[in-house]
Amino acid sequence: MSLPEPSSSGRFGEFGGRYVPETLVPACLELEAAFRDAWADQSFRDELDGLLADYAGRPSPITECHRLSAELGVRVLLKREDLNHTGSHKINNVLGQALLAKRMGKTRLVAETGAGQHGVASATAAALMGMECMVYMGEVDMQRQALNVFRMKLLGAEVVPAMSGSRTLKDAVNEAMRDWVATVENTHYCLGSVMGPHPYPWMVREFHTVIGKESREQCAKLLDNEIPDVVTACVGGGSNAIGIFSGFADTTAELVGVEPAGGAAVGRGVPGVVHGMKSYLMQDEFGQVQEAHSISAGLDYPGVGPEHSHLSSIGRARYEQVTDDEVIAAFQLLSRTEGIIPALEPAHALAWISRDRAKLAGKTVLLNMSGRGDKDVGQMMEILG
Amino acid sequence: MSATLADEGLLIPDAPAEPGEFEQQLRSLRDGGRKLLVAYVTGGLHDEWPDVVRAVADAGADAIEIGIPFSDPVMDGPIIQEASELALRDGASPVTVLDTLRTVDCGVPLAVMTYYNLAFHMGHERFASSLYEAGVRAAILPDLPLEEVGPWATAADPAGIETVMLAAPTAPDERLPRVVARARGFVYAVGLLGVTGERDALAASSLVIAQRLKDITDKPVLVGVGVSNGQQAAEVSQVADGCVIGSALMRRVVAGEGPAGAGAFIAEVRAALDAS
Repeated sequence: MSLPEPSSSGRFGEFGGRYVPETLVPACLELEAAFRDAWADQSFRDELDGLLADYAGRPSPITECHRLSAELGVRVLLKREDLNHTGSHKINNVLGQALLAKRMGKTRLVAETGAGQHGVASATAAALMGMECMVYMGEVDMQRQALNVFRMKLLGAEVVPAMSGSRTLKDAVNEAMRDWVATVENTHYCLGSVMGPHPYPWMVREFHTVIGKESREQCAKLLDNEIPDVVTACVGGGSNAIGIFSGFADTTAELVGVEPAGGAAVGRGVPGVVHGMKSYLMQDEFGQVQEAHSISAGLDYPGVGPEHSHLSSIGRARYEQVTDDEVIAAFQLLSRTEGIIPALEPAHALAWISRDRAKLAGKTVLLNMSGRGDKDVGQMMEILG
Repeated sequence: MSATLADEGLLIPDAPAEPGEFEQQLRSLRDGGRKLLVAYVTGGLHDEWPDVVRAVADAGADAIEIGIPFSDPVMDGPIIQEASELALRDGASPVTVLDTLRTVDCGVPLAVMTYYNLAFHMGHERFASSLYEAGVRAAILPDLPLEEVGPWATAADPAGIETVMLAAPTAPDERLPRVVARARGFVYAVGLLGVTGERDALAASSLVIAQRLKDITDKPVLVGVGVSNGQQAAEVSQVADGCVIGSALMRRVVAGEGPAGAGAFIAEVRAALDAS
């Protein structure tokens, strides 16, 4: 594939690694070995591809946005991950991890979730495969995303509030890791983004390369010069972005990640170590991790996947920031012009296109529409009155 | 593998052959027949924390771990999380904790227990020398496992800071000797699968890991995580050289029992160890 494997220590350049309590080191090594084995096993790949097609509904289409493009003066294409089962790209990763966990003999999944999309996807995969599932979610996020909390419970998962720190995604990750330290013998930690200790950033990327692979083939048919000028996606941990970037890393396409201004690890962070990885991280003068603030619970994270830090440092991708107000406007814009209500997360990428439309005039931009907006409608109803 | 680690600047230096000051003191106490007691105190929690350190030393702790509070203490359970959050809210930082520590002459060896990002952020050399200047001789960084310890140990060893390594029940037999070989100060045997915190009974796994370690090393082996009272301390020290007590002590401090309450509790654990 076009994005290389990390080094044997799990690094992308200087970023990544495996900074976990000693208790978890053997589990990470075991997971790495199991993933290598499974990923090289055609029967595993076939089983996963079957689930992605028949259960999740892949391939997802690319939608050409005629009215939006006319309004912006930029040709915008959407990779419709919002049309996947459970409403976001997260299903690609959880089906892969749940299959792998089963293959490893684990009977229980733990997961963290911010907006609830990864929690819902994990609960879904657990239900499908008859596994136990426990989802940690920041107490603040549970209030913002009450609907997703109920969905997870319907799917048979237990949802546990993370009460420490900022009570958002960062703290949910801490709680999930603490759970895993205690239950590692029968439990797989189903991490939801391209972050955490090696092999997660690599493994989760591989499960999302299907987005990039499909997009590349679809663009080859759709576009005269086969590849878009720009490929863009929102970045919290960065899984949907790395998924779509992976299909275009070896092309001339410009890769642009869009972070929330209040949680811009690449844009405003410095290298640090938390949640098992070295990466750009928002922190204070002493190295205490700062709390992120974003309208979108799914991007409310002070760190970022290590491969994004690497892609930024080598100049292969660049990272823009947008404000909550710009996101709210983009959320409305897409709804009104295309009849597609986006999740607040991908609305970040559209907010950047809209703001920079003069610079992008005449270009073709592929945007990863990573999730649908149903979960955010309640919150937007309050904001927009 | 090692060539790659060298290329990445991750080579793990061999631990110095001679034990450092911290380890020597624990060894000589142990060799004199004493069961070792290390107490954990969160630095910066309430203004009186230096008095808690002194009280705990006076009550019979053989060494003290000073916790430098971190925003995301992933190896810690609810009590130490709460203590850390309260201390951070009171304005504690690595600088304030170490500055205060210089003035605390408690007469027993000091270690710090914190998370790697604080060392990484300050810079390895600077962090190691600030510890030394504050009178600290050992460091416990629970999110820095063997594979990642190289760059830190390269700075810490020559600075006189002994890096304690954690040994977990999940480690296969081939791994433990490599962890032990890199351990300085003492070997921190993780007593159970889980984070720090009190438990009703001593986990059977703590005796197993202690024995596995005693079978392969002469370095002091102390069990921590889940050792909650004098009885459990005495029980685990039948196999181990001693134990680390953290959450049970900090629960009393968080509840406002102050230096007197902290000292009384450690005296109780000391008495149980001495009677065993």
